[in-house]
Amino acid sequence: MSGLRILVPIKRVIDYAVKPRVNRAQTAVETANVKHSMNPFDELSIEEAVRLRERKVPVEEIVAFSAGPPKAQDVLRTAMAMGADRGIHVVVEESEQLEPLGVAKLLQQVVGQEKSNLVILGKQSIDDDANQTGQVLAGLLNWPQATQASKVTIEGDSVTVTREVDGGVETLRAKLPLIITTDLRLNEPRYASLPNIMKAKKKPLAKKTLKDYEGDFSARLKTLKVTEPPPRKGGVKVDDVDGMIGKLKELGAL
Amino acid sequence: MFPVARQSVLRQARSHLRRSQPTVLPQFSAVARLLSTLALLEQREGKLNVSSLAAVTAGQKLGGSVTGFIAGSGVKAVAEEAAKVQGIEKVIYVENGAYDKGLPENFAPLLVENIKKGGFTHVLTGHSAFGKNLMPRVAALLDSQQISDITSIESEDTFVRPIYAGNAILTVQSSDSVKVITVRGTAFQPGEVTGGSAEVVEGVDPKVESPTEWISEDLAKSDRPDLGTATKVVSGGRGLKSKEEFDRIMLPLADALGAAVGASRAAVDSGYADNSLQVGQTGKNVAPQLYLCAGISGAIQHLAGMKDSKVIAAINKDAEAPIFQVADVGLVGDLFDKVPELTEKLKAQ
Repeated sequence: MSGLRILVPIKRVIDYAVKPRVNRAQTAVETANVKHSMNPFDELSIEEAVRLRERKVPVEEIVAFSAGPPKAQDVLRTAMAMGADRGIHVVVEESEQLEPLGVAKLLQQVVGQEKSNLVILGKQSIDDDANQTGQVLAGLLNWPQATQASKVTIEGDSVTVTREVDGGVETLRAKLPLIITTDLRLNEPRYASLPNIMKAKKKPLAKKTLKDYEGDFSARLKTLKVTEPPPRKGGVKVDDVDGMIGKLKELGAL
Repeated sequence: MFPVARQSVLRQARSHLRRSQPTVLPQFSAVARLLSTLALLEQREGKLNVSSLAAVTAGQKLGGSVTGFIAGSGVKAVAEEAAKVQGIEKVIYVENGAYDKGLPENFAPLLVENIKKGGFTHVLTGHSAFGKNLMPRVAALLDSQQISDITSIESEDTFVRPIYAGNAILTVQSSDSVKVITVRGTAFQPGEVTGGSAEVVEGVDPKVESPTEWISEDLAKSDRPDLGTATKVVSGGRGLKSKEEFDRIMLPLADALGAAVGASRAAVDSGYADNSLQVGQTGKNVAPQLYLCAGISGAIQHLAGMKDSKVIAAINKDAEAPIFQVADVGLVGDLFDKVPELTEKLKAQ
């Protein structure tokens, strides 16, 4: 094994602290003039790749990838400021939105071209909450997968991953090549420092479109409507513990 | 080339199924007659995971036949238990210890073989750690775009699911020939394991080797009800200040109510509670009869995991905390006084 060639796919999403609003036509969530940032789980992926290099695991290259609108290059620059060596941006217009299956098919080709042997993805993006892309990619490549990772150790081409499961954790071991998806507890992502942000502007960023790749990336799911969740009825405030017990009994919860 | 061949095999299998299994419900439309669901069930050490029966409940809502699927060592007994679930027509089991840990590398090909053989149109399982890990891989092998964490079924191809941490509700229509779906357990309550009498048959086992080796697990042990399915949940947040206080204040309240214990991400990150107790977008989704929380402000990521609870009660010293906007009953006060008082008064009843 000459060294790790890590691919880190990242997604530009509405910032996690923003409360999303459904548009009036009920066709989508309003994205114009809303703060966007890198999907939080993808920050963990970049961080983990950079930490592997800092831990003296032989890392040949860290490539950040994003498929999204022109503005997705902002999150790619952030990834490079955090330590990725270069970026690949597949510019996807609003009208040709990708689903997890489409993204995975795209990544399958990128993995081949870049000769990646480790792909680190976030476990889910906080916009569509699908939690699929990493697993689909592993299936398409027929590579092993370790999802919801909270600890990653690499020795030679053997990777040990502790993953979060219902009720606790489990530990797996697999050989490279491998797909890992990150869970919140994997690490604490760093902030990009100003000098690194400046340096990142000089790192190579390749621009592509879907036409540069083979295959059908069209959507299989048709959005019929997007609605606001039913609001909860305003509740009451009680003055003391007896009031709370009384009210809970009245509501049939006790 | 390969996907084309696979499609035609599927079509053949399906038309064969139509011939050999005349429908027992002639009033169903032609579409419903062709519809057949495979509900993937979970087991652990020879015991059926009852919450995984949510996939059966969802399958019944689709109409058409529902077949259960279970794999692992000694699963024949589990299959017979599952056969008693109302609404299941058939249970397919595969006896092989290689599937005990639910590793997707060999489980996905196993499931795909059995989906093809049975000509199923819908494959459902719970949106659990197991389902989330496995099903997208299955979908990849079937060239299908999975629909995750559905909360409702509009028709055989139209499904409803929350997006943006539950801040928007999406209705989608699938054009895939095999629909691969994970279901939110709290939206499809599992039925009783009695009264049914499904046929129990052995499935095909392609015996694919897993390149991933399972090393160990460390599961939190608890005598309290399971967080995902409990009818009452008490949950603590950063306001508890330490693990000692969390245990001292929240656990007696849980015991007084017979409730499961949950926590906010802040409490989990600060080490007050175990990771597996986290309620929210990145933790568990719960929808109990009563969700009683203390010291939780109510960030949108937390609300995503609990706002479908029947009754929400909150104790917080900050009267402006967002949690009070969703709480049915709110008490402004110091949780270190109010929660022990509540515990005592509940115990006295």
